[in-house]
This record gives sequence, structure tokens and C-alpha cells, in this order.
Amino acid sequence: MPSLKDLRNRIDSVKSTRKITSAMKMVAAAKLRRAQEQATHARPYAEGMSRMVANLAKAMEGDARAPRLMSGTGKDERHLLVVVTADRGLCGGFNSSVIRETRNRVRALRSEGKAVQIFCVGRKGADALRRDLNSLIVERVVDVMRRGVRFDDAKEVAAKLRQKFEAGEFDVCTIVYNRFVSAITQQITVRQLIPLAIDESHHEASHALYEFEPDQAQILEDLLPRNLAIQTFRAMLESQAGEQGARMTAMDNATRNAGEMIDRLTLTYNRTRQAVITSELIEIISGAEAL
Amino acid sequence: MSRPLSFELVSPERLLVSMEAEMVVVPGSEGNFGVLADHMPMISSLRPGVIDVYAQRPEIERRVFVAGGFCEVTKDTCTVLADSAKPVEDLDAAAIDRRIADLKEDLQDAKTDAERAAVAHALAVAQAERAAAG
Repeated sequence: MPSLKDLRNRIDSVKSTRKITSAMKMVAAAKLRRAQEQATHARPYAEGMSRMVANLAKAMEGDARAPRLMSGTGKDERHLLVVVTADRGLCGGFNSSVIRETRNRVRALRSEGKAVQIFCVGRKGADALRRDLNSLIVERVVDVMRRGVRFDDAKEVAAKLRQKFEAGEFDVCTIVYNRFVSAITQQITVRQLIPLAIDESHHEASHALYEFEPDQAQILEDLLPRNLAIQTFRAMLESQAGEQGARMTAMDNATRNAGEMIDRLTLTYNRTRQAVITSELIEIISGAEAL
Repeated sequence: MSRPLSFELVSPERLLVSMEAEMVVVPGSEGNFGVLADHMPMISSLRPGVIDVYAQRPEIERRVFVAGGFCEVTKDTCTVLADSAKPVEDLDAAAIDRRIADLKEDLQDAKTDAERAAVAHALAVAQAERAAAG
């Protein structure tokens, strides 16, 4: 049975933990709002971009002049996985679910005899995957998301991807990230970046026959690198919003658990205190009776 | 006034302009072109230059400098995806001159071809910006 002093210390320490978690929850809620706003603002551009790309790609289908970023290398041997995680922990299962998905994919691809490489965006993913898949990690971009995602960061990631693709280091590039659904749910999303995967939802909107200036091949040549940057940017924004949502939920739970724990400990503390008083009284009374 | 055209200017980070216009003049990579409602659907890339938005001709309602990007025109919309955009009245000629001078130096210091191309591009953008600032 713990002494009264032990119990008091325990209660105090849980109380200060609760203070921290509830502060973190508040901070995450504020950041979540900002991240969500940023993601909404970025949507019109991304939508316009995928519409144009879909139209152009349709016009170019089967054309031998199609840029390699669209048609790929024609092989399916070497895969590059871009893994987007947070830079920080304490956000529930947010990072580990992306990491689990990555491990599963790596295993599946390897069992098919494909070569796999990993590109980590975010510190947590890089740290976790280093343990068992260190030899596959070819690049890591960490700590860029500290002050919110900027487009320039995404552009940098996209430039690296392009450079690797042009150097012939991989055939297929896929991005794995957490898509923000709501403050409490994130959905693991896997999207193919190279070769271009066309979003089918834009197809029915593109009946119109377009005029291109300069010609399709030239525009696609300019548009695809941008599209790559935008897709990366979108994944990073979604992941950022998801991270804050996950942290908010995790910290909310932690705060609630701490509260329950304090109640339980306080009850034990009071019982112990009463027991001590009772036993003291018994001692005094029986002492008096013995006289 | 003829049928209005809905004009949108977006950068990767946000929607910058969304308005009704009678005509928009866009700096296409193969020359400026004006867009009115019922224009032929087209997609064009842009060179650095100024977009003129006419709410009602001949008055120019807004002038925006864009550093390049793409433009999609459909029957009654005109969407510009810009790399970066600034209202012309916010351009500061003296600051741009300084930037051009810096970039010219950088161009001489550039070592690799890729570096040189990047600086040359930045310089072309700055020069177009200077021309827009008047």
C-alpha cells in the first residue's frame, strides 16, 4: 500500500501532465485551423491543374511524343516510394499507420521481385524506417514542415524526384500519405505520381476540343513538372492537416485519461487518509481501555 | 456590354482573383491574346508579363504581373494558373533594378549549366517585371 506522501506526489505529477496535454491539444487545434485553411486555399490551383493535365493527356494518348513523365519508362521494375510523415510524434497512430503501409508495400513489391527505394519526407518516417529498411532510403527531407508547408518545399521535393527520374533511377513513383478527412480521421492514401495516373473524375468534364498554344507536347513538357510539384504539395498539406487533427485527438484522449486517473488516485488517497485516522483512533481508544 | 466572362487567377498557395470581366488580355508564350466570352477552348502556357482585366472596355480594371504559368480558356471561363503574381501597382522599379543587377552578377558567377539556366530564367522574369513597372 503506497503511503500518503507517495499518493500526493503521484497526483501532482499526473496533474502537471494533464496541463501539458491540454495545452498541446489547444495548440494543435489552432494549427489545425490554419492547416485546413491552407489546404482549402491550395485547392483551386490543384483542381485547375489536374483538369488541364487530364485534357492534355487525353489529347496526347498514344502519341509517341508524349513526355516520359507522362508515359513512364515503359518498365515496371524499380519503384520509388515517397513516404510523407510528420516531423514530430505525440500524434496517436498518425505516423505509424503510414509506416506500416510502407512496410507492407515494400514487402509486396519485393515478393514480386521488384527493386524498391524510399524517399522520406518528414523526420518520423525516416527515423522509423531506418531501423529495418535503411539500405532502401535514398533521400530524406526532414524538418521542412515545422513552420507550415510552403510551396517551395514541395517544389524542391519534386525537383529531386525529377532529377532521379531523368537519371533513370526508378520507373514508377508512388506517394504514401495521410489524407485529411476530418479532425478525427485520416485516411492512408497511395497515389501514383510517375507515370501519370489520370484522375477519372475529370474526364466527363472534358468534352471540349481544345486548342493548344504552343503544341500539346511542349505544354505537357512544362506542365508535368508543375503537376508533380502540386501533387506533392497537396500531399504535404493534407498530411499536415491530418497531423494536427491526429494530435488534437490524441491529446484530447490523453487529457481525459489523466483526469480519470486523478479521480481514481484522489479516491485512493482519501480512503487511505481515513484508514490512517481510523487506525490512530483505534490505537488511542484501546490504549485508554487498557488502563 | 457583351456576356461576361468569369476570370480566375490562382497561385499554388491561394486563389488570388475571382471576378467577372468583359475581356482579359493574357501574355501567352506565343504572343498576347485577348479572351472574350465564347472564345475557342484552349490551353496555353504563359511568359512573364502582365494580365489586363477589363471589367468594361476600354477601362482596365486590374493589371497583374505573372511570372509565368498556364491559362485555360473555356466557353465562359478563363483560368490562369500562375507561378507567382503581383498587382502591377505594387511593383517597385528601384528594387527590381537592384535585383536585375544582382542576377547579372550571379549569371557571371554561375558554374554549372543548370545553375546558369535557373539564373537566366530569374533574370528574364525580373526584366519582364521591370518592363511592367514602367
